[in-house]
Amino acid sequence: MSIEIQNLHKRFGAFVALDHIDLSIPPGQLVALLGPSGCGKTTLLRIIAGLETADHGQVLFDGEDATRRHVRERGVGFVFQHYALFQHMTVFENIAFGLRVRPRAVRPPETAIRAKVNALLDLVQMGWLANRYPSQLSGGQRQRIALARALAVEPQVLLLDEPFGALDTKVRKELRRWLRRLHDELHITSVFVTHDQEEALEVADRIVVMNHGRIEQIGSPQEVYDAPATPFVYQFLGNINLFHSRVHAGWARVGGLRVQVPEYGDTEHAPAMAYVRPHDIDLLREPEDGDTTLTATISRVSQLGSLVRLELIQSPDGEIAEVEMTRERYAADPLQIGDLVFVKPRQVRVFLQDHSKVTPVPQWSGDGDGI
Amino acid sequence: MSGSAHQASVSATTTEPRFVRVALVTVALSFLTLFLFVPLAAVFYEALRKGIGVYLAAIADPYALAAIRLTLLSVAIAVPLNMVFGIAAAWAIAKFEFLGKSVLITLIDLPFAVSPVIAGMIYVLLFGAQGWLGPWLGAHDIKIIFAVPGIVLATVFVTVPFIARELIPLMQAQGTDEEEAALVLGASGWLTFWRITLPNIQWGLLYGVVLCTARAMGEFGAVSVVSGHIRGLTNTLPLHVEILYNEYQFAAAFACASLLTLLALVMLAFKALIERRALRQRHSALAMETSS
Repeated sequence: MSIEIQNLHKRFGAFVALDHIDLSIPPGQLVALLGPSGCGKTTLLRIIAGLETADHGQVLFDGEDATRRHVRERGVGFVFQHYALFQHMTVFENIAFGLRVRPRAVRPPETAIRAKVNALLDLVQMGWLANRYPSQLSGGQRQRIALARALAVEPQVLLLDEPFGALDTKVRKELRRWLRRLHDELHITSVFVTHDQEEALEVADRIVVMNHGRIEQIGSPQEVYDAPATPFVYQFLGNINLFHSRVHAGWARVGGLRVQVPEYGDTEHAPAMAYVRPHDIDLLREPEDGDTTLTATISRVSQLGSLVRLELIQSPDGEIAEVEMTRERYAADPLQIGDLVFVKPRQVRVFLQDHSKVTPVPQWSGDGDGI
Repeated sequence: MSGSAHQASVSATTTEPRFVRVALVTVALSFLTLFLFVPLAAVFYEALRKGIGVYLAAIADPYALAAIRLTLLSVAIAVPLNMVFGIAAAWAIAKFEFLGKSVLITLIDLPFAVSPVIAGMIYVLLFGAQGWLGPWLGAHDIKIIFAVPGIVLATVFVTVPFIARELIPLMQAQGTDEEEAALVLGASGWLTFWRITLPNIQWGLLYGVVLCTARAMGEFGAVSVVSGHIRGLTNTLPLHVEILYNEYQFAAAFACASLLTLLALVMLAFKALIERRALRQRHSALAMETSS
């Protein structure tokens, strides 16, 4: 089923949670709503589910207006961050719940219910836990059961609210791969909310990056990572280095470095910010001809597993930059603290200062139950 | 050997000196003995002092039986009423945001704050012959004050907070996730209540019911004002005890008092039992929250 969001607006008191959102999700895709706490992603998901009502705007399922349809009749499956399993029911009864509460006329017979639940238990590889209670399961197991319960009613749309937010890193990675495989098997239109960019990049077909109740960018994981549309997206997906810059007539100047910016051909003497990813930088021992490098001194070297991270102090203005490289590349030329280097960015993105108000990326505690 | 020595040294650094512990325990125990256990024992001693025959005769007395019946009747009405109200209020407070929510929370506590005698007076002022609604009630031949309805009303008033107070924090802590999950899965509101909400609050509810019952049985002040003390008609068990005592029928008074005490003890036992079950449930809920 396709989902169409039209001009959706929602406020909580003075706080604007969703600011006139338009979004269309084609059938069968796995879409991530990605953004910091309070960006409106969970509110959007809950409005699609019918657990929250929008102030105005429409939600269309397969082109049909579902805005006024009750949660019960939307035919969605919802997975909660904290699982929301029924604590007083066994795993089996949890999964069977959606079938058992159907009106008598459309309720499947007991044998069909048992067969369905067992099939779902097999699907999530939890058959041996059927008679346990939720409190006896680990977090990862609970979330799989929650997913099986949501799938039991054969939803047309699967909505997941920070499904792995409450799990530890290892289980989280395992589970998101499993979710991806499951989606490839079932092809249910799915939307999941996350504040974890790595999760979104790894799992989703498309990523919707949100901030302050607006959509910043929609695109494939590669598009949003390689060609961020706004400074926010640049900052939110991956680490960045920020350099003060000035743009004039199609050229941006960053210290001793000149970068061509044809999109700003008509701009004159405007302050700007240049964005460079730490792994998009080469460090040279000798200066190059032309204005292609910045000068800096190595101030710190740290080994991070398979990567080496170098901290640089730029001369002359003392701005700090970070560079990441593989261990092998570092081993080929092991730079030491105090070494003078010439910094050559492989890819630079320049945003003019006035509409690139640099908001610091907030720190999330992983609570994730923001609005 | 070395292990136990190690343990002792650790506990010595974390607890009070021995004499402080002994002193605290002694104070607490002697206070309990003096003010709770001795009176409790005295009730039963006085009740049985003149022999089991007198004891049984006092309880089998028609007025005593009528008082027991009336007490049980007001309990049977007040407790279910407060159960419905308690669940409704707790549900509204825990799961919705609405205007006047804090007023409602404060109002629920009112019976705790107001002296029961004043509660009784309010009903007399409202429904009594000289009260606001008195003439209208008189014209329609409805008797509330000095009749059974007044006693039930007073009992309901005094016991309002017990169930609601028990359920509000419980339901607030549980949140609405499970109910939302049930709704998304297609359950109606009614089904969600019976299959999800009620099982989740059952122990808290039962605990509230026990407390409410104990209080309803023992209520004296408010009921005393509205009752009129008509023997065999508007006398509850606590009022009956008072009348007997005032008539110097000590053995009979204590016999009825022992009956009330016994009921209270049974309720206490229930309460302890439920508390243990509820605690276990909360532990499993906590384990669910934290482990992942």
